[in-house]
Amino acid sequence: MQKLTDEQAQVEVGGETVRQVIEALETRYPGFKERVCEGDRIRPGLAVAIDGEISPEGLRKKVLPDSEVHFLPAIGGG
Amino acid sequence: MSSNGSDNGNYKVIGTRPIRHDGTDKVTGRAVYGGDTQLPGMLYGQVLRSPHAHARIKSIDTSKAAALEGVRAVVTGADLPATEHDETIDLGEGPARLKFMRDNVLATDKVLYRGHAVAGVAATSTHIAEEALALIEIDYEILPSAITVLEAMKEGAPLVHEDLTTDEMGEDTGKHSNIASHVRYDLGDPAKAFAEAHVVVEREIDTATVHQGYIEPQNATAMWNPDGFLTVWTSTQGSFTARRQLMAVLDCPVSKIKVVPQEIGGGFGGKIPVYLEPVAALLSRLTGHPVKLIMTRAGVFEGTGPTPGSYVRVKMGADAQGKLVAAEAYMAFESGAYPGSPMACGVMCIFACYDIPNGSIDGYDVVVNKPRSFAYRAPCATQVTFATETVMDELAAKLGQDPAAFRLKNTTREGARRIDGPVYPRIGCEETLTLLKNSEHYQSELRGPNRGRGISIGYWFNVGLKSAVTASVSEDGTVNLVEGSTDIGGSRTAIAMQFAEVLGLAAEDVNPQVVDTNSIGYTDVTGGSRVTYSTGWAAFLAAEDVRDQMIERAAILWETEADQVTFADGVFSDKGDAGKRFGFKELAAQLEETGGPVVGRGSADPDAGVGGSFAANIADVEVDPETGKVKILRFTVLQDAGKAIHPSYVEGQMQGGSVQGIGWALNEEYFYNGEGRMENATFLDYRIPTALDLPMIETIIVEVPNPGHPFGVRGVGEANIAPPPAAVCNAINQAVGIHLTELPMKPDRVVAALQGQRANEPVATS
Repeated sequence: MQKLTDEQAQVEVGGETVRQVIEALETRYPGFKERVCEGDRIRPGLAVAIDGEISPEGLRKKVLPDSEVHFLPAIGGG
Repeated sequence: MSSNGSDNGNYKVIGTRPIRHDGTDKVTGRAVYGGDTQLPGMLYGQVLRSPHAHARIKSIDTSKAAALEGVRAVVTGADLPATEHDETIDLGEGPARLKFMRDNVLATDKVLYRGHAVAGVAATSTHIAEEALALIEIDYEILPSAITVLEAMKEGAPLVHEDLTTDEMGEDTGKHSNIASHVRYDLGDPAKAFAEAHVVVEREIDTATVHQGYIEPQNATAMWNPDGFLTVWTSTQGSFTARRQLMAVLDCPVSKIKVVPQEIGGGFGGKIPVYLEPVAALLSRLTGHPVKLIMTRAGVFEGTGPTPGSYVRVKMGADAQGKLVAAEAYMAFESGAYPGSPMACGVMCIFACYDIPNGSIDGYDVVVNKPRSFAYRAPCATQVTFATETVMDELAAKLGQDPAAFRLKNTTREGARRIDGPVYPRIGCEETLTLLKNSEHYQSELRGPNRGRGISIGYWFNVGLKSAVTASVSEDGTVNLVEGSTDIGGSRTAIAMQFAEVLGLAAEDVNPQVVDTNSIGYTDVTGGSRVTYSTGWAAFLAAEDVRDQMIERAAILWETEADQVTFADGVFSDKGDAGKRFGFKELAAQLEETGGPVVGRGSADPDAGVGGSFAANIADVEVDPETGKVKILRFTVLQDAGKAIHPSYVEGQMQGGSVQGIGWALNEEYFYNGEGRMENATFLDYRIPTALDLPMIETIIVEVPNPGHPFGVRGVGEANIAPPPAAVCNAINQAVGIHLTELPMKPDRVVAALQGQRANEPVATS
């Protein structure tokens, strides 16, 4: 995904929810939102982790000022 | 940190070992499994499977089979709903191509692996159905096949799907190959760190395709009524997930499908997908009768989803003091006939036990002409742990450091960042390694020729997901606890104990029941080490709901306000009158006068990622240099359970996962011939360990409470299968000085390695 962020592994943006974080990333890196969202949800097959926890709340999940947001492939177990 | 899990601290129920609620039914043979299903007018089905690894279906003629006396219906892929080429459906675990899902149930245009289901027959007896299979005529055009992951990745390899292109985190690269997806993670500057490292070890490993090996084969009975309502009785790890899959495959409204989970004779991830259920449903719709299918053992091996075979290359470097400075991994997993191996889990787990400042990980999901792989207990963690932990042992040896001390020096802990990004919350890796290093087993001396000791450690997470629980209070103060999580490993009791703890009840006062999809709220699969964690959380919430309602009832009886009633240690009290007290059962007996039954409910959907669990092994082995046989002399497993709700079941999970991991290490593999045919599709030839092969597996429960769960639970179902192959490999190395890099480490491989070692020895001269 670093192709989308000018090869930056970490970028800092503002936002109080995952949705706002993605909107901020879209403003800075056009095309980002299309890669991680499908309609009004995280794209199926991807997961979003906030501070290391993958949340079922998706775009609505609240983030704190110093939260880390990661985009990961969706996972399962046996 | 506890080392034995027997201390239940401030808890009254949690940490104790009550007899399981379903124990009597299980040991007396009264528990009803899918194969026991009997319905009036029931027919019996069989499935025809492909004899080829890869072939185009030119035609199918079922007329002779349909004409056989006793045959009631024959179905093929043509009886499934028509599918648009790129139609996808999201079943909650990512997008699934509908054509792939339907074709894996009954092939249409091509068969993609030996054992691929092609047709189903319903008849008045299973023998007639079997006879009818032989009368189905199929004209195949045999195609070249790609059986192993490295073969399939080569330029010019036969394409399993001509239209498949590689996905990179949501980006379609447009490149046609067998590589379905690729992910890459980078952290820091690994090239610089490797250049400055004092020691570097790089290894390539290959692991075989391995089956979950559950004793009970897949089975399904379906009754599709003329009114459109479909009921399916089946052995499944997730009745609601099975319902969703049936909805998708059959294009049937979810409200018209009821899935009744029967008792389950093992799953380990393999009973999440549906295979027979849609076939039974189609046959039932055609005949108007219930139809039962039970898979043959060969069908289970050849037609259901094993764990992926893999190729993994790992490079790790450390400084002169023994601190890891960099790690790189390249991993490719066989997803089987359709995309979707759990490759992403391998990415998460490969370096999960260590704090490494620089690294990169590449993961590939590759289609091959084998059965579509599915989850098997900590999917992909065992393969990658084998790679990492054997390299860790070599690094320790090069540095002249004790293997446990070296791991402990590099252990991950709260606040450390994994190479794939996330920062750990409170975890128990360090505590697990500390207990390993200080254990009597590790400190003991191992004597004798050709004997060696190896250690390793692996990681798995909790997936969270959704669970629902309801609880009805009976007049005698017992509670009927209804849940949707199918019980594979004693989870009924573990869930009931968490409920009982809140209300001060005995575990025996709670009657847990697993019910069908019409009788409880949506509940995700029993998998991902989530049931004791997530369904336990739902039970906790249901118990709190019951408690609050009971407080209101006590207030009614005492003619006071609810905020005047307290509840502690199982007793309701009136703040204003010390003489007014009710035990739970006393109050339950008086509910009739207070407004009807008390029914509690709990619905949980916790975040995933908290509550990960680490498991470690100490393995002592003896190698017979003549035959290559490896004997396990002593084996200890340590695992962080967070808080062990029922220590016996935690130990059982640890022992079961260890034994399966030892099977991966020494014996288990799909043995393919050059034409892609599995040559060992029976339990006589596919060798899983038995009680006669192994010593008692010793257990040490580690308890570092999970801050993300009311009782500190961490899932324990999976991490334990990750470390055994590496521990056994490291022990073999210590015993006879060979570095094995392929699983299984079967006798011929051991002998070949020993012969290679001898060939390289200098010739003695006198």
